[in-house]
Amino acid sequence: MSLDVARIKKDFPLLARTVRDGKELIYLDSGATSQKPYQVLDAERAFYETSNAAVHRGAHALAEEATIHYEDARSTIAGFIGAAPSNIVFTKNATEALNLCSYAFSNATSLSRQGTVSRSIDPRFILKPGDSIVISEMEHHANLVPWQELCAKTGATLRWFSVDDEGRLDLSDMDTLIDATTKVVSIVHQSNILGTVNPVRAIMDRAHEVGAVGIVDGCQSVPHMPVDVASVGADLLMWSGHKMLGPTGIGCLYGTSEILDAMPPFLTGGSMIEMVSMETSTFAPAPQKFEAGTPMVAQAVGLAAGVRYLEEIGMDEVADHEAALTAHSLSVLTAIPGVRIIGPSTTVERGSSISFVVDGLHPHDVGQVLDNRGVAVRVGHHCAWPICRRFGVPATTRISPYIYNDESDIDSAAAGVVAAQDFFGVRP
Amino acid sequence: MNLESLYQEIILDHYKRPRGQGLLASPLGSAHHVNPTCGDELTVEVGLGSDGGLLIGYEGQGCSISQASASVMSELVSGHTVQDAETFRLAFIEMMHAKGTGEPDEEVLGDAVAFAGVAKFPARIKCALLGWMALQDAEIQSGLLTTQTKEHSP
Repeated sequence: MSLDVARIKKDFPLLARTVRDGKELIYLDSGATSQKPYQVLDAERAFYETSNAAVHRGAHALAEEATIHYEDARSTIAGFIGAAPSNIVFTKNATEALNLCSYAFSNATSLSRQGTVSRSIDPRFILKPGDSIVISEMEHHANLVPWQELCAKTGATLRWFSVDDEGRLDLSDMDTLIDATTKVVSIVHQSNILGTVNPVRAIMDRAHEVGAVGIVDGCQSVPHMPVDVASVGADLLMWSGHKMLGPTGIGCLYGTSEILDAMPPFLTGGSMIEMVSMETSTFAPAPQKFEAGTPMVAQAVGLAAGVRYLEEIGMDEVADHEAALTAHSLSVLTAIPGVRIIGPSTTVERGSSISFVVDGLHPHDVGQVLDNRGVAVRVGHHCAWPICRRFGVPATTRISPYIYNDESDIDSAAAGVVAAQDFFGVRP
Repeated sequence: MNLESLYQEIILDHYKRPRGQGLLASPLGSAHHVNPTCGDELTVEVGLGSDGGLLIGYEGQGCSISQASASVMSELVSGHTVQDAETFRLAFIEMMHAKGTGEPDEEVLGDAVAFAGVAKFPARIKCALLGWMALQDAEIQSGLLTTQTKEHSP
């Protein structure tokens, strides 16, 4: 294992605390949210202590400084995924970014039906009955529910790739699933529950063949592996800040210049306009067009510090470290009789979200026993209920390690699983 | 805080050997409740026996707390009047919101006092209440309970 986990851990103050009557905390729930290093906490605090002001308005020194910090943060974050700063939009979280995308379609569709605005509406965003939207069975609810709503509003049909027993997308029907009727293809890069890394490039290429807008949910990929937007090939890609060492309250949306220019805005109001009269308004160019209201400046500054922290380690090293932890997890968990992995059984095209079920035990009870030993894991359907049904389980237990975890943390989780089997008397 | 305070013997026993599990032949009302954070599901049915006492049917999947709570509830409520069931339900809810303080009334709650420890684990309170909430809905559905009584619920 290449990372100096002991040294990294020292940067995360929360990881030094104890839980449940003095037990050492073993945090294995980074897929839900990561912990934050001093560097991120300090950056946010320093911004408030020295430069806090509203950005992109005001002519005073602080307003200028705050604007520079905000836009520098945008540059740092854009560079992290190989994008230009103007291609990054800040949102509240990744869910909002996905809604920003789905609302581009419903807004364009209702505006074109009404015919009340003089500006041109890009026909790619206008939906009608007979059109289709393609997602997959392993999507997080954030990449499912907005599309269901969009279909209900426009009459378009939702279609999805199914998932095989190994937790891989069944791509055999890709050319019929994504066809001339398809207007949107939105696929998760790495499943938050199965850990599967999907061949998003091939899927985006097919989307573009039929003229559809291609979207990739990068919530579990951008924090954990090197992601270069040019090689992903998506028109739009979003992720959240808080899963990659950053604060809550900030998500990022990458869009190509061409697509951001063509998309109608989602939230409207101050800061996103070019000219306003009592009758009508015109909008600023992207990214401002999508950032109505006072933005999340301190959060952007904090997230940029998180990005620099990860860049200093190196995303290849982060991915290698997690691959090693994944291999170790798969091996120690499958060695426990009665434990079944839900997701790919090897590390090939697989990330470090590792879900499993234990015969005779509900995940809530497994999680409770682990919690009692200081081990924090996620239990439940992980906001991906359909894929749980696909595997015939009501829920799973998930460990999702990050840069501050090592093999001993995984071993503690595995020991906790055996302890849960013993406690409930279900050890085979 | 130890595991035994949460998982009392009675709870584990009801989880392993659920009492009165299964649905009714001719229910008067039925409710399907889910705990959307963890995917627990429970269907509770109510009917009336020839003696006028409540018949309870239930079926579901979920964690030990939710399933054992349904089992204990069915044992406690079966054969009683709707009014008695309301007394049990309100006492149970009160116990769940007591944060582990206060003395639950064993006279009223019987085996259900075993769930007092659950109140110290906020994430599990919903599990313990799942069956009781479904029971209330099923009673309202059946017309045995009027919605007026519902004002007392949390």
